[in-house]
Formats: sequence, structure tokens, C-alpha cells
Amino acid sequence: MNRFLGFLIGTLAALLVPAAFAEDLPPDALVKTVTEEVISIIKQDKDIQAGNPQKSIALVEQKVLPHFNFARMTALAMGVNWRKATPEQQQLLVEQFRTLLVRTYSTALSAYRNQVIDFKPLRAPAADADVVVRSEVKQSGTEPVSIDYNLEKTSGGWKVYDVAVGGVSLVTTYRDAFASEVRNTGIEGLIKALAEKNRKLEPKAG
Amino acid sequence: MPTPWRLGGALLLAAVLAGCATVSNPDPRDPWEPMNRATFEFNDAVDRAVLKPAAEGYRFVLPEVVRTGIRNFFSNLQDPWIALNQLLQGKVERALDDASRFLWNSTLGLGGVLDVATDMRLPKHNEDFGQTLAVWGVDSGPYLVIPILGPSTVRDAAGIAVATQAYLPWQLPKWLDFNYQTTWQWSLTGLDLVQTRANLLDATNLLEQAALDRYTFVRDAYFQRRRNLIYDGNPPPLPASDDKPAEAPNAPPMDAGVPAVEDTQREDPPATAPPGETASPFRLVEPRVPASSSDALSNDADAVAPAR
Repeated sequence: MNRFLGFLIGTLAALLVPAAFAEDLPPDALVKTVTEEVISIIKQDKDIQAGNPQKSIALVEQKVLPHFNFARMTALAMGVNWRKATPEQQQLLVEQFRTLLVRTYSTALSAYRNQVIDFKPLRAPAADADVVVRSEVKQSGTEPVSIDYNLEKTSGGWKVYDVAVGGVSLVTTYRDAFASEVRNTGIEGLIKALAEKNRKLEPKAG
Repeated sequence: MPTPWRLGGALLLAAVLAGCATVSNPDPRDPWEPMNRATFEFNDAVDRAVLKPAAEGYRFVLPEVVRTGIRNFFSNLQDPWIALNQLLQGKVERALDDASRFLWNSTLGLGGVLDVATDMRLPKHNEDFGQTLAVWGVDSGPYLVIPILGPSTVRDAAGIAVATQAYLPWQLPKWLDFNYQTTWQWSLTGLDLVQTRANLLDATNLLEQAALDRYTFVRDAYFQRRRNLIYDGNPPPLPASDDKPAEAPNAPPMDAGVPAVEDTQREDPPATAPPGETASPFRLVEPRVPASSSDALSNDADAVAPAR
């Protein structure tokens, strides 16, 4: 019984500590800690490996989401159109974009298969409030694929506002897609298109 | 062989005729969007009917160890061509690394099935003749979707045409005068196509989910990816454009030093390729094989500028 209590307390502590420290961690340590934590969870969870959407979405929402600034991400992806949107529209855009990215990201996680991820030393001066954390995914027989995280310092700690895989930036790629949607159907049209996309991706059982 | 090509040609023609009025706001990099979209649809149909099912079957039937071995084998056959391209781009050290990769993997790695070189601190590189042309100052030219092979540009397609002469799964049976030469050629090329597609299954499934319009998503990703590869993973920051992203909630003003979020990613700096000036698909400048790669890249804009 005592042993069980000890285990329980230990587990709780392990869960609470990273959350408490996350705000103080430097950006490179933050990305590394979160990545390693997420990978160790995937490695132990057969359901996520088999592609269970609810479980991987829950993992992303608990562990990854708190370290992203979706409002900044959406604003950057909207470019000049961001200012043309009303506050209500802006809020809807952020919500829909966040849902889309969480669903996509959770699918990507279930494709993880023991690849080795290396983190590179931070090149920016310590005083910078806007940094790029570089990492590399290694796999036999293919060149390493870079994953770069753009982070900015906020009052709530460092937050990611863009991710680039192999030099392809998430924000930039969506920017052209958003711009053409707004050109053709307006901001309301873009919100509808995103909502429609998310409805199609709705996990079956959820 | 002639039938799919004729079918493809008919589709292209139909699309060009039908598509002229459909694109109201063309991307300056993609003046042939109607034709490209038709080829994209055609490729998609072929993929759904043949390539993707074959790749899924391949992944279902073979255990991961075997698939890794096959991937390594074909990857190894690319390394001599990669080494040659490094040399053509003036990167002697990398050329030697890639040549060493080929030697170690072909011998110790049992004909390339094992990638022992990576563990010897000789990482795989990504080079092709399209990138070499880019380092020499050749502009990408318009975006071009190639039947079966997919997204490309005029320059990169020219690179692929040259590279077919160095494609070892096809050329080795010829050079070594195998018995049943054509059977070997088609079997190896077919296996390479299927295993390549199998490696991309996760990526394409993800794309299916992420993209609002898969065509523009693939196109934009292609231009960013090529730019990254041409500069070996360290592209210079793009010059700020007047189409500044808006302020975001609790966000400081845009920092010009962050390349990933600058507006309108172009493969070349705007100084060399302003939108609207796409009169000629190629802009050839003096071939310039630099002493060192960093020198070539930092001066790339300067090298191209005098040509106009």
C-alpha cells in the first residue's frame, strides 16, 4: 500500500514538475524536453502507434499545445488579410486553424517509428526574444530531415509560432493557401472551408 | 507505352483549352497552372489506381528490416551521381564524403543493403542536377508537374532528363551486360518506383489531411523545399517585402531576421526574380563554379544580378 502511494505521488510529481518548470526553461531545452517526453509516451502506447486518433489528439493537447501560440501563427498565415478580419472572425480563424493543426499533428505522431532526433546547439544570443531551435530526424539510407522551431518569448514562457520541416514552413505554406481562399471567397469563405475540412477529419467515434 | 502518353497528352490538351479562363489570380511562378492541374489530376488517378495500392501492398507484405535494406540499396546507387553533382557545384569535401559512402556501403554494407557509412559519420546528402544548375545561376523557370514523377520546374525537369543517363538501376544492367537485360532494367526501376512511393505513404496521407487545396500546397512546399536543398539547408533570409504580415496578438513587430515567416517565399531573391518578369523561362548567366560553397551561396544574388 505504501509502495503504491509512493508510486502515485512520484507519478504525480513527474507530471507536475515539467509543467511548472516549462515557463522558465530556455527555448532549446523546452523543445527538447517536450519532444523527448512525447516520444517516450508514443513508444509505450500501442494504441497511438496503431493510429488511435483520440489518444494521439489527447497527447498533443496535453503536452504540445500549451507551448504553441496559435493566435500568432494564424495572424502570420493570414498575412495582410488578418487586419481585414473582424475580432470575431479572427477568433474563429484561430480556433479552426488550431483544430486542423492538432488533427494533422496527431496523425504525424502515429507515423513515428523509432527515428533518432538530434538537437543542435542554439545559435542565437541568450538575450534574443525570438529564436530558431534546430533539430534533425535521422533514418538509415535517407538524408537527415531538419525540423526547425521558431519560438518567441512571452510572459507565459517560450511559445512556438512556426515549424519548418525540411525547409518547408508551416506558416508560409498555409499563407498562400489562405490568401487564395480569401481572394476567391472572402474571409467568411476561408472560415467555412476550414470548418468543412475539420468536419471531414472528425474522428469517427468522437 | 504509347497509350498512357497519348491519353496524358489528350488530357493536357483538353485542360489547356478548357483551363484558360479558370485561373483568375495566377501565381507568377506557375503560369501554366491549368495544364499543371490537369497533370496533377492525371498523376493522382494513376497513383490511386496503381502506385499507392502497390506501395501499400509492398509495405504490408515485407517486414521493416527488408524494406530498409531495399531503401538503402537504391539510395546507395544514387551516391555516385550525388558525389559528381557535389563536384560540379565546387563542394570537393562533400564529393569525397559521398564517394566514400558509396565505397563503404557497396563493400562493407553488402552491396548497399546496409548503410554503414552513416555510422562512420558520413551522412547522406541530397543533391541532383537541378540543384547543380541552380548553383550555376540557372533560374527555376515555371513550375511544371511531370506525368508520373510529379512536381518540378523547367530547370529541375532538365536536371531529371540529364540524370536518367546516370540512373544506375537502368544503366547498370546495360553497362555490365546482364543476361535478360531489359527484364532487369524494368524490374529494378519498377521496384525503385514502388519502394519510393512506399516511403512517401505517411507524408501523402498527412498531406491529404492538412491541405485545403492539395495542388497549391504541394506547389508551395516544393518551391520552399528546393530552395532549402539548393542552399544545403541554410538558405539566406528572404528580403522583407512590402506585404508585411499584420501584428498578432501579444506579438512584437516582425523580425526581419526570421526567414521562415517572411512573406512570399521565392526560390530566388526578388532582386533576381521580380514577379511579373517571367518573360523567359530560363535566365542563363555565366556558369560559375565557386571555390567554396559558402562563397557561391552568399554571392548568388550578385552573380545573377549583372545578367539583367
